[in-house]
Amino acid sequence: MNLQRLFGSKAGDASNSGNLSRRSFLKITAGGTAGLVLGVNLTGSAAVAQSAAGAAAEGAMEFNAFVSITPDNTVKVLIKHLEMGQGVYTGLATCIADEMDADWAQVVCEHAPANTEKYANLLMGQQGTGGSTAIANSFTQMRQAGAAAKSMLVSAAAAQWSVPASEIKVSQGVVSHGSHSATFGELAVAAAQQPAPDVNTLALKDPSEFTLIGRENTLRKDTGKHNGTAIYTQDVQLPGMLTAVVAHAPRFGGKVKSLDATQALARNGVEKVFQIETGVVVVASNYWTALKGRDLLQIEWDDTAAETRSSGRILEQFRELVETDGLVAESQGNAANALSQSSDVQELVFEFPYLAHAQMEPLNCVAQVNGNSAEMWYGCQSATGDQAAIAQLLGTGIENVKINTVFAGGGFGRRANPVSDYVLESVRIAQQLPGTPVKLVWSREDDMKGGYYRPAYVHKLAASLDSNGKPSAIHIRVAGQSIMEGTPLAAMMMVNGIDTTSVEGLTGMTYDIPERQVELHSPTVGVPVQWWRSVGHTHTAFSKEVFIDVLARKAGVDPVQYRLDLLKNNPRETAVLKLAAEKAGWGTKELPAGWGRGVAIHTSFGSTVAEIVDVSVTGSTFKVERVVAAIDCGIAVNPNVVRAQVEGAIAYGLSAALADEVTLTDGNVDQTNFHTYRVLRMDAMPEVETHIIASTNAPSGVGEPGTPPIAPAVANALAAITGQVLTRLPLKLA
Amino acid sequence: MAYQLTINGQIHEVDVDGDMPLLWVVRDHLNFTGTKFGCGVAQCGACTMQIDGVAQRTCVLTVANAVGKNITTIEGLQSPQALALQAAWVELQVPQCGYCQSGQIMSATALLEKNASPTDADIEAAMSGNICRCGTYSRIKAGIHMAAAQVKNAGGAA
Repeated sequence: MNLQRLFGSKAGDASNSGNLSRRSFLKITAGGTAGLVLGVNLTGSAAVAQSAAGAAAEGAMEFNAFVSITPDNTVKVLIKHLEMGQGVYTGLATCIADEMDADWAQVVCEHAPANTEKYANLLMGQQGTGGSTAIANSFTQMRQAGAAAKSMLVSAAAAQWSVPASEIKVSQGVVSHGSHSATFGELAVAAAQQPAPDVNTLALKDPSEFTLIGRENTLRKDTGKHNGTAIYTQDVQLPGMLTAVVAHAPRFGGKVKSLDATQALARNGVEKVFQIETGVVVVASNYWTALKGRDLLQIEWDDTAAETRSSGRILEQFRELVETDGLVAESQGNAANALSQSSDVQELVFEFPYLAHAQMEPLNCVAQVNGNSAEMWYGCQSATGDQAAIAQLLGTGIENVKINTVFAGGGFGRRANPVSDYVLESVRIAQQLPGTPVKLVWSREDDMKGGYYRPAYVHKLAASLDSNGKPSAIHIRVAGQSIMEGTPLAAMMMVNGIDTTSVEGLTGMTYDIPERQVELHSPTVGVPVQWWRSVGHTHTAFSKEVFIDVLARKAGVDPVQYRLDLLKNNPRETAVLKLAAEKAGWGTKELPAGWGRGVAIHTSFGSTVAEIVDVSVTGSTFKVERVVAAIDCGIAVNPNVVRAQVEGAIAYGLSAALADEVTLTDGNVDQTNFHTYRVLRMDAMPEVETHIIASTNAPSGVGEPGTPPIAPAVANALAAITGQVLTRLPLKLA
Repeated sequence: MAYQLTINGQIHEVDVDGDMPLLWVVRDHLNFTGTKFGCGVAQCGACTMQIDGVAQRTCVLTVANAVGKNITTIEGLQSPQALALQAAWVELQVPQCGYCQSGQIMSATALLEKNASPTDADIEAAMSGNICRCGTYSRIKAGIHMAAAQVKNAGGAA
């Protein structure tokens, strides 16, 4: 996703304190058992919000609270992003604790409530997690919050001990001077009486002074995941809570024509059956009973407005579209003309299926509606958007919508639905049961057949080659549904009818190709679509990197060297590619017979990742044996989390490269569960080795950038050993 | 109908339909929420418990068929193998979202309790029924090896 467009500022800007116009720190509450509660007011966030959303007034006093210290010496950090496995608890807490010089063991994390003013993503101007921005937007803000807390602790100690603050040392949660020494907890109450410092007077550490940032032994903070005590939405239990399931139309856009709920209502434990906008709701005392009740519903569906085409027919339409002129998303020189003049043109058509997110925890949400107020409990990824949508539905203000965020069992994009689909469904249900907390649970089948997929696409790439076999012009056409159209983000993400996320990665291509044109067709299809880990890069990296490999082989040039030649003006990608090649033994480490090696490199979410893959091939089957990855993500706040994210991003992308595919037959989704949507399992997981480029640049994305290069690297490895150029995902050898 | 279940060494009585899967009895009636729901059709392993020492998918095991068995959930793990696995999970920072990890640890515990020195192939055979969408497979494998070594070392010292 193009952060600059979505967020109205460059990804790195928010972490550069020089770009924040004015800051001050305010102390909000103090004393008592709460100890020190520090509020960080960053008016700079308002400035960013303003450029992104055109809303917030310059100089508006916003109020952000991140740190509190209790007298029992616990440093509690409020995390403004959703922890869904990507490590934000650890990452954000690390930034705070480092500047505070806290002892890592005394730090605990909690999700912040929904409160846009306090907890906005500084790159989005609203509270939300996505686009691999959690660390990038928080890096400076969290360190300032930590530095301010430390400053108040030091002031309190200076006053108590009658010594100059400048002589006081803080290390691992202990404040000391000569024979004096106190823990944070011992100083908490007194520190809270200190005036809050002006952020401009706080010097943040030089990277050489970091004690936690960049360290290998900083354990993750999202605990309870090894013993079943971590709480997810599915685990939320409230007094009097009921469970709801919904019978959705089998085809997208279908409506209820008739309903007979007699048998369902007769089932013991079924409390209520009713219709809402999205289907027929069965409410029961527990999930199993609700599910059995749903099985007893007799529903006739009206498919008048439904999508009834098969996915094969939809892709056929896309293939026809890429043969025609589209809207121009990017143009430099006259690529079409250059191609028509050339005697040496290479052309390939690529095809990508719909993909389900298939996060391990099927969608769910707990809602309680009392009159015009609501309280929610769920893994909330888009706090601002969800809160506003709920308030609108209830005809109330956002102050009447309280959101309690719990861990999410994976997300990969699905939980940040631009129209708050399942969240509003849960509120609509709770509206029918005033005062009763209701847990909406989607079965795995509901989740898999529920749409909001990564869109299907067809790409056509054509290049003219010069006498050295290098591309002199490239002409690209993409056909597929827009993710942004019709959503509240369209105003930001669509330019002249072009959804920039449909072509990102093909536009702004880093290879030095003098003439280029990218065109887009965004047909309307009745299948709901949404972003999926790495958004447009899920498909654009594939066609770009497979195509460039084909050109390299045609030119008789080594694929790494061919890329390096085209990346002469891009030192960052050059360095990442060289590191991956060196670590993988590209051109030096021999492969066993029947194995192939392939490479791909792609930049997304501000970070560059190169992956080199070894595959073994037996007949028409193959196994990915080893992946060597190199990443430049700026400062790696927690290198172990970075490696974990690259490993996970590779596994997620590999799953799609090997097998994932949602297909429709006459509008019905064919895949229902993990036996038909065959995700990666341990026996197909390759050995993964991740190398991080040492950097002092501001942190950039980590959750997503590892995904785009894996599928093309596998395809290129297969091409190297079999000669087959695979242009369709999932990959199948002939 | 009333059923008596032996879970983590304790006897629990529940009054539910006999076709209710053990998973939902444990989660919705007994409020042990460490065991997770992932697919409902024995495809993902999130709901794994030990039934008489064998790792089983409890989303398809009816309560009627669980009567008289020794049922162990993630909350009741006590064996040296289980504790070593949990320690390794923390040490190697295995979990990401963590939702599948109760099931992973239950399957890994059953494996180590039968096979003190599993090979990579043994681990893949025992663990490929447990899906992790975060892709923590390499760390799970490393965690099992680490726990196996730890249990062996502790045994040798005793």
